[in-house]
Amino acid sequence: MNVPLPMFVAVPLVVAFVLPVLPKAGKAVATLLANLATVCLVVLAVLSVGEARVYEMGGWSIPLGINLVLDGLSSLLLLAVSAVSAAAMLFSTRYMEQYTAKPKFLSLFLLMVAGMNGVILSGDVFNLYVFLEIASIASYALVGFGCEHEELEAAFKYMVLGSIASVFILFGVALVYGNTGSLNMAYISRAIQGTGMNAGLSFALSLFIVGFGLKAALVPFHAWLPDAHPSAPAPISAMLSGVLIKALGVYALARLIFNVFGVSIPVGWVLIALGLLSMVAGGFLAIGQWDFKRLLAYSSISQVGYVVLGVGLGVLLLATGANVAWASLAILGGLFHLVNHSVYKSLLFLTSGSVEMATGTRQMKDLGGLADRMPVTRAACTVASASIAGVPPFPGFWSKLILVIAAVQARFYWIAAVIVLVSVCTLIMYLKVQRYVFLGEVPESLRDVRESRGSMLAAMVFLTVLCLAMSLLVLVPSLRVAVLEPAVNVLVNGADYSIQVAGL
Amino acid sequence: MLYALCFLLFMIGLYCAVVKKNMVKIVVGIMIMEYAVNLFLIMLGYRAGGTAPILHASQVDPQTASITAHFLNTAVDPLPQALVLTSIVISLGSLALMISICIRTYAKYGTFDITEIRRLRG
Repeated sequence: MNVPLPMFVAVPLVVAFVLPVLPKAGKAVATLLANLATVCLVVLAVLSVGEARVYEMGGWSIPLGINLVLDGLSSLLLLAVSAVSAAAMLFSTRYMEQYTAKPKFLSLFLLMVAGMNGVILSGDVFNLYVFLEIASIASYALVGFGCEHEELEAAFKYMVLGSIASVFILFGVALVYGNTGSLNMAYISRAIQGTGMNAGLSFALSLFIVGFGLKAALVPFHAWLPDAHPSAPAPISAMLSGVLIKALGVYALARLIFNVFGVSIPVGWVLIALGLLSMVAGGFLAIGQWDFKRLLAYSSISQVGYVVLGVGLGVLLLATGANVAWASLAILGGLFHLVNHSVYKSLLFLTSGSVEMATGTRQMKDLGGLADRMPVTRAACTVASASIAGVPPFPGFWSKLILVIAAVQARFYWIAAVIVLVSVCTLIMYLKVQRYVFLGEVPESLRDVRESRGSMLAAMVFLTVLCLAMSLLVLVPSLRVAVLEPAVNVLVNGADYSIQVAGL
Repeated sequence: MLYALCFLLFMIGLYCAVVKKNMVKIVVGIMIMEYAVNLFLIMLGYRAGGTAPILHASQVDPQTASITAHFLNTAVDPLPQALVLTSIVISLGSLALMISICIRTYAKYGTFDITEIRRLRG
């Protein structure tokens, strides 16, 4: 079906501006409208799978106007963003009752979704920057939404580092414009293919790597994430860890490297190094945490490392001219891990929100024995933990297996060993979660804890089912061809982007 | 030379944002960085002695209906100016949010010193 591409940005944006002006009594209406908007986005994203189209805003043809590009990679990311945001929105319907100013929260939430969809669809680097700022500013405000000591401190830290990242990206955009005379990605790509990289463009690329690396919280730039993600309300933690760091960080970086700048060996090694550092450092730091959400946040750093490692291996293999099949395999592993992680990490954050709401604490030392009292939360958490740790039938296992196979095929045995080692770390940290939160003795204070109800339960069940079904995405050939392979092809045949988008 | 000064301004902003302990000074540092980048964008499109990029009927060659070379060689590039306007609006939004977070933090902690605002660690 021919979905008009601006709808992905317009639907959440319009609803976001309507919500705050509703009268005070309209809280139920606001909640309903916001949920309708996210469900509508899921429908649009599903309808747009398998399409590749270019939309010219306002009818201006490409070098003059702004264009939106839908291809395999964008539709994969759109699916992940819309599914996670629908679940998080459903969850916040009940969860956010404990906060005041719920319509404002919903409005900021939708602004963030609009920004992310814009980043994913944008075919113009400056437009990408604008949408990135919309999503980032909304997320800064959401992290500080509680307005307590910790929230404000985390929001300020996040905001300072996020703003520095944005300035770096804007500087990169300015350098690219100065060197190629265009802002359209297809035209920039064509110009770079014609003239090759020069000093200015290399500087711009390094600015982009630092800027998007900060947004993606890769290890030397990760300082804000373990504070910001746990301080946000649980559905927002799910959105931030699940999709924001990937849409704003990993996706934008992959798009620019593969489709605009072109692959090169140093960039491949930089990405592999960032990925490995994030995996190892995030994994080890997570094991030592006693705050439930902080542990999840560190684990996000580690898991994003896997995605960046897969993409980096792809860059390196394509640049060295090795077998393209291995490069595709590495990229497939990375992208599959990206969608997997967005589902199971948001599920884990939702379960942590459920536990926190029921017990009033996130300190694992104060928790215990919730398995009987919160059976659904426990089941959801177990599925997600097994998946993230890579226990065989669950989706996390397949994405890690693909990465290991790609690393072995490319004769990087030590990388394969690190992947397996960090998997073991991940298993340890999630066994810790199971042991201290759901098993063991029930503390006296938690005798009358009850399972969460209503929309929170529905959101967790939805994501659990989705998490179980994710394996099908790679195991069923027709689904793989429809969803994952177009995304991989966009990156592997990165130089064809300008031909497909602008016919250059 | 001008580009080097612009880059120096950027580095001053970065230094200020990274080294200073006062929250408000950090915000000022970030804004200096933003304005250095805005200045850089403006300089990209600047042309000494250039004219405004407004096309008048007299600047279109009547025979070939193409724009005269004189216009192309003297008009400044309007695109960076449009970009800078957008970027100023964005930085206004982010500045407003940053300052309001600073004010709320001051109300909670009673200080702007980030070395004393340290409840989160680990």
